[in-house]
Amino acid sequence: MSGIDWQAVGLSLRLAAIVDVILLVVGVPIAWWLAFRRRPWTFLVESVVALPLVLPPTVLGFYVLVAMGPRSPLGRVWEAMAGGPLAFTFEALVIASVVYSLPFVVQPVASAFRQIDPALGEASSTLGASPWRTFVRITLPLAREGIMAGAVLGFAHTLGEFGVVLMVGGNLPGVTRTVSIAIYDQVQALQVEAANRTALLMLLFSLAALAVVYGPLRRASHVTPQA
Amino acid sequence: MAGPLHASVRAQMSEVFTLDVSVDLPPGITILFGASGSGKSTLLRAIAGLARPDAGRIAIGDRVLFDTATGVDLPPQARRVGYVFQQLALFPHFTVRGNLEYGVAALPPAERTRRVEEVARRFHIDRLMERRPARLSGGERQRVALARALVTDPDLLLLDEPLSALDYATQSRIIEDLRAWNAAHGIPVLYVTHAHREVFALGERCVVLDHGRVLAVGTPHEVIDLPAHETIAQIAGFENLFTATVTARRPSNGVMQCRLGESLSELEVPLGMADVGGSVRLAIRAGDILLAVEEPRGLSARNVLRGTLTSLTREGPTVSARVDAGEPFIVHLTPGAVEALHLMVPMPVWLVLKTHSCRVVSL
Repeated sequence: MSGIDWQAVGLSLRLAAIVDVILLVVGVPIAWWLAFRRRPWTFLVESVVALPLVLPPTVLGFYVLVAMGPRSPLGRVWEAMAGGPLAFTFEALVIASVVYSLPFVVQPVASAFRQIDPALGEASSTLGASPWRTFVRITLPLAREGIMAGAVLGFAHTLGEFGVVLMVGGNLPGVTRTVSIAIYDQVQALQVEAANRTALLMLLFSLAALAVVYGPLRRASHVTPQA
Repeated sequence: MAGPLHASVRAQMSEVFTLDVSVDLPPGITILFGASGSGKSTLLRAIAGLARPDAGRIAIGDRVLFDTATGVDLPPQARRVGYVFQQLALFPHFTVRGNLEYGVAALPPAERTRRVEEVARRFHIDRLMERRPARLSGGERQRVALARALVTDPDLLLLDEPLSALDYATQSRIIEDLRAWNAAHGIPVLYVTHAHREVFALGERCVVLDHGRVLAVGTPHEVIDLPAHETIAQIAGFENLFTATVTARRPSNGVMQCRLGESLSELEVPLGMADVGGSVRLAIRAGDILLAVEEPRGLSARNVLRGTLTSLTREGPTVSARVDAGEPFIVHLTPGAVEALHLMVPMPVWLVLKTHSCRVVSL
């Protein structure tokens, strides 16, 4: 398969995988908090988390870029620790992608948490379980489908992002040139044939990922481990 | 032996409704009886630590679970209080065995297995151990929920209307198993219901709750069969409630004569505190009234009222007849009796009431 920018494909997959792990580590606790520990001001947190759904990627990318710049606290801390600027690095892409894809994980997971009968958690605590044990043994397994869906959506969304990557990462081969940018480059260079192949590859990959979630994974989630 | 439960609880439920109760329960089954919205579930949740009362003290024997005076407030998982939820809350992703093992996971495996299998045998679910809750019948689910709460060997068991959805035979069998279990363990059991049928099947003691207050405490017979209070009569299923005027008192016979409302119908009822000319409330169960299509003679029952049958309504296995006898009476009949008597609406009928079927209640 000539013409496909395999370096960009590999970079995109690596980026999406790393971002997805971070998204689950950060997103599941946020979703739990939104679902079970509601405060009067919870809606504000919900709005902030959901912002990337409505903001143009360039706006988000611009603010992330500013936040990473050498004059910002984050940029200065990073420079002191890593010895170089944060912007236009792979790490910058990871941070920006986490922010950008967060709602795609938090929303399905929070909605899965909310669908769990609260009496199940209460029953667990009257049976002597700590809140942590209740979370691990009852809440997480029963929210499995939502977490699965969040993981796939977060992965696919990170794979497909374009505007934020361009703003924060630029277009450095092997560092920040992801597949979506490679396709853009190929079209700009009138390499329509190559762009077509790359695009088709991404299409098939995304379709396969979604099919796995909607098919085997969903059926498998009914066969859950025993106590 | 864990000792008796003491619970005095105050909780503001809404602007107009405050739960304010104090109960002391010895080991054994106590029925908490009251209409929906009387605060029963709130009291249970407060005892289990699932809801935080504004003030109060909850203790089992010497073990304090909650005390606003000393700032004690144990989380639910530290209270050793078994709770059977109305909707049962079985863990759908575990088998029956998984549900039972959940509360004893900290025990060594051999001891855990022994405990789980013993409680499964006692509640007759030992053949269902590898099934998931979705594949159990209603009665089986109740048994699993009960066994799951009891396998942890709690100091107190709370049941929130767990059997109300079951047929009577299934209910009785589960109640028998619960009784047998508690004969060996002797913990206080607080059983919430609003069905008076369950009160008699279960109760050694009965606490009646109304609008967040304790209205009466006693045996089911004292509290429900001889209701001292109109509210209890209503929630205990006395379908007929009338205002009557005392027309004569015969203390030597232990009875008095009352006139119903504005009508001319008179009833002989057990002697109450009211004087002649005073007003009383009478409560009569629809099932305690006989209905005749001819004027009956030669009966020991002292009260025969003439009236008109105004309607017949089928309600499951009983037929509810309305009879205008000065006041509107509700009488429960069997469908067979309706047929045999060729009852039709309207037709003249006679109501027969024993003196002691008429309860004098206070407002």
